[in-house]
Amino acid sequence: MLQFIIRRTVGAVVTLFLIGAATFFLFVAAPSDYASLACGRDCSPARLEDIREALGLNLPVAQQFWDFMSGIVVGRDFPDGHCAAPCLGQSFYSGDMVWDTIMDRFPLTISLTVGAMVVFLTVGIGAGMLAAYRRGSAIDKVATGASMVLSSFQIYFLGPIVLLIFVYSTGWVEDPKYVPFTDDPFGWLAGLWIPMVVMATIFTAQYTRMARASLVEQLAEEHVRTARAKGMPKRYVFFRYAWRGSLIPIVTVLGIDLSSLLGGGVVTELTFSLQGIGRLAVDGAVNKDLPLTMGVMLVGAFVILLLNILVDIVYAWIDPRVRLS
Amino acid sequence: MSENLTLPAQQGSTDPTPTETLLEVKGLTKHFPIYGGFPIKRKVGAVQAVDGVDLTVGVGESLGLVGESGCGKSTTGRLITRLLAPTAGQITYAGQDITHASRRQLAPVRSEIQMIFQDPYSSLNPRQTVGTIIKSPMEVNGINPEGGREKRVRELLELVGLNPEHYNRFPHEFSGGQRQRIGVARALALNPKLIVADEPVSALDVSIQAQVVNLLQKVQQELGIAFVFIAHDLAIVRHFSQRVAVMYLGKVVEVGDRDSIYNRPRHPYTHALLSAVPEVEISDESESRERIRLAGDVPSPIHPPSGCRFRTRCWKAQDKCATEEPPLVQLSGNRAGHLTACHFPEDPTTEARDEDVVLDPALKALEEDQD
Amino acid sequence: MTTLTKTEDAPAPTGPESFLSVRDLRVQFSTEDGIVKAVDGLSFDVERGKTLGIVGESGSGKSVTNLTILGLHNPRTTTIDGEIVLDGKELVTATEKELEQLRGNKMAMIFQDPLTALSPYYTVGRQLSEPYRKHTGASKKEAKDRAIQMLEKVGIPQPKVRFDDYPHQFSGGMRQRAMIAMALMCDPDLLIADEPTTALDVTVQAQILDLLKDLQQEFGSAIIFITHDLGVISNMADDLLVMYAGRAVERGSVKEVLRTPKHPYTWGLLSSMPRLDGDIHTELTPIPGAPPSLLNPPSGCPFHPRCAFKDKVSGTLCTDVRPPLGEGRDSACHLTAEQKQTIFIDEIQPRLR
Repeated sequence: MLQFIIRRTVGAVVTLFLIGAATFFLFVAAPSDYASLACGRDCSPARLEDIREALGLNLPVAQQFWDFMSGIVVGRDFPDGHCAAPCLGQSFYSGDMVWDTIMDRFPLTISLTVGAMVVFLTVGIGAGMLAAYRRGSAIDKVATGASMVLSSFQIYFLGPIVLLIFVYSTGWVEDPKYVPFTDDPFGWLAGLWIPMVVMATIFTAQYTRMARASLVEQLAEEHVRTARAKGMPKRYVFFRYAWRGSLIPIVTVLGIDLSSLLGGGVVTELTFSLQGIGRLAVDGAVNKDLPLTMGVMLVGAFVILLLNILVDIVYAWIDPRVRLS
Repeated sequence: MSENLTLPAQQGSTDPTPTETLLEVKGLTKHFPIYGGFPIKRKVGAVQAVDGVDLTVGVGESLGLVGESGCGKSTTGRLITRLLAPTAGQITYAGQDITHASRRQLAPVRSEIQMIFQDPYSSLNPRQTVGTIIKSPMEVNGINPEGGREKRVRELLELVGLNPEHYNRFPHEFSGGQRQRIGVARALALNPKLIVADEPVSALDVSIQAQVVNLLQKVQQELGIAFVFIAHDLAIVRHFSQRVAVMYLGKVVEVGDRDSIYNRPRHPYTHALLSAVPEVEISDESESRERIRLAGDVPSPIHPPSGCRFRTRCWKAQDKCATEEPPLVQLSGNRAGHLTACHFPEDPTTEARDEDVVLDPALKALEEDQD
Repeated sequence: MTTLTKTEDAPAPTGPESFLSVRDLRVQFSTEDGIVKAVDGLSFDVERGKTLGIVGESGSGKSVTNLTILGLHNPRTTTIDGEIVLDGKELVTATEKELEQLRGNKMAMIFQDPLTALSPYYTVGRQLSEPYRKHTGASKKEAKDRAIQMLEKVGIPQPKVRFDDYPHQFSGGMRQRAMIAMALMCDPDLLIADEPTTALDVTVQAQILDLLKDLQQEFGSAIIFITHDLGVISNMADDLLVMYAGRAVERGSVKEVLRTPKHPYTWGLLSSMPRLDGDIHTELTPIPGAPPSLLNPPSGCPFHPRCAFKDKVSGTLCTDVRPPLGEGRDSACHLTAEQKQTIFIDEIQPRLR
């Protein structure tokens, strides 16, 4: 197991490096650069050169890349101060340290995505289980039908409607906002539950269907029948034997969904005008802000890789065949 | 139960009619590598699926290949048809070395060696009509029989006992036995000289198996096609094959004509295998057969035992068996072509012994209690 | 068209030695394609300490029958008629709770493929202990001791260590031994073995079959042994029931049925399989055609479309009237007793040499 984690960690570091390189060089290869943008309309060649020098854009591209990447490990020195490791550089646009900016915005995005994940995993798998347990009943039909309808409710469609009904028209709920969880857990939830639910809706629908299908398949497995043949009660067999096996496809899909989940977080932030990573990503791209874009990409990729390793560990926990091979 | 190697010769000269050799396999070996390790993956071992097999198949002859799971009989079949590339050894077909023949060199040989698979459900493309399935080998090999391919397909369908009108039907419209007939027709499309049949009837119902066995027998006898007949069912192999090779953990442990293997086996494993076959007792006179109950399962082909591979389950094993691999040779008293790989062979009979050989500890314990 | 719908009159209740008694059992599944008559009017008895073999091909209804005895069918799509009486207790009408008390306790089952029939997620030990704790109320420790004792009995080496292994760490034969140990945990009176050796190699099959026989002597359970292999059944069973298309077509002691079979289907089965000591020049005689679809089984005698002897029966009896199967030694066929005897001696027996 330890060997597995080490191997995966090494792989993750390599992946991160490759993502960083791809982002950096694609960015540099793009037609316009930040310096000419900052220089403005009446730009003199001398002034442009000054800006390029100030931002380090005059150096060879490989040198710039190396400076950036090594900064993550050892930190960097800028004219207006030291940037401690992990240093993601200094924003071209605002001049702030990218790491600090990201750490400032990150809790919101994490709150949103993890919150939504909790919602869709519990509600989705729960509804799927209920539907599978009472297959063919009214509950099953409602759950299946509802998930069919809800799975087409995209965030950018559902979000504004919910805002319109619950916030602007009736005023039942305050406009979504972020309060740090550590400051005020209730305020945190009160401020974010609407975006969480909106974001989770489409996933809930998908996970309901998936959990139901997976459980129905498991219930037809021979080892489940054996457990029943031993006289174990239906409910026990359902929760101990069928459920466990049904988690495997769910965890697999969850691993694949992680990146689209982060993407969904970005859309949700923009829909509800929340200041998270999503907003940063858009700003970085619009302003040709290379360090900011790099930072957002790397942090995002890091989180996804980390969660992927976690998913694999969960796999091993569920299935001893994975653990022991 | 003596290791006597000097039995009087039994009609030693009346060996089966020596025919021209069609296929010869020497030292055939297939190791499937296993990768693992850290930090760099490397080969950490190998599944020794087939390990130094020598076989010959004569023109028009049927050679049976029997053994339990993991003995390498299916892999051997796939090596012969070159669906798999051998790790070592030599395959000679009609005098031509095809061991490492390229795709192009192999093309003419491929049409002469055909294969019939076990599962009639997954071995036929469900999206193609029966006609297309049977026709495709001719198309691939650019063969244009007289009267056109379609006419030939209809002839083949009739030959295997299907209605030629079914040319445009799809495989799912047929029962398992009929599908296996389609598989046979496809194998016959190129007028092969050798057919490798890998468990051709084991997926079928008992009442259907005989239909397919009879069809294959008809094909073999009337068209003079040589067969390598791979099966775990010893009675069916006996019925179908003139010569039989018994495999265990990637090696041929005994090979010979049908009568020698089934009535005068020498290798303890052949004895154990034969004695394990459940037979219908149709009368009291059915001669009492020996009872041998081995212990445990076949060991893993990743770490096969040293020396003789059967020694870990053998009741006659001695120190020599662990250190020295027994060669596949003709023991004295055996017919020509009856070869056995054993240091301490059994008597050539399958009749009941004075005392059963029961190695299974649980059986032993229970049977001692009940006596 | 079938003129007799209920030909197998339920015989009078049998004596106390009949431990399991099935009367006129009918099992139907509703599927998208229609109603499948999986079992159609089946009656049989099993005596204590004896083995009843049920032989038949795929779709003969042999496995369905036994899942029905345990009540493991899907209640939403299955309708069941008839009686199943286990030791005086009617099972068809029993509640789920009552069945749970019996399953794994009074009646246990061994399935065909031990790899898929054991859960990959729990240790062998846990899967063995579970039913014992449920049915006897034993403590974890007691259940573990019992499980280790049973693993040892069925020949698992180092049972104390293997107790904590997962099924995939066992070899095929060992898994089936563990399965047998699991079925015997609560010392059941009835053991149903559904093709228990079909997935195994022949030398391992021989070990497992002998083991089952020896264990039966020790435990005294009644066994229903289901298989498609006449050779296996010949070695295992005391009595034999031959099933075809959801019905019993022949019944008797194993010796009677295999040595002097009376039904054309049994004849067909026997003459379509080669023997180890048979004459190699005798051609096999297959049964023509394929087993019927149970969505739309043939009228009258279900075997008539494949039967080589229906011409010997006058009129349209075979296609119209379902032949009854009487109690004891009998075969469900319209041929007369003399016809059966002459055909067997003149035509069938020579093929079996």
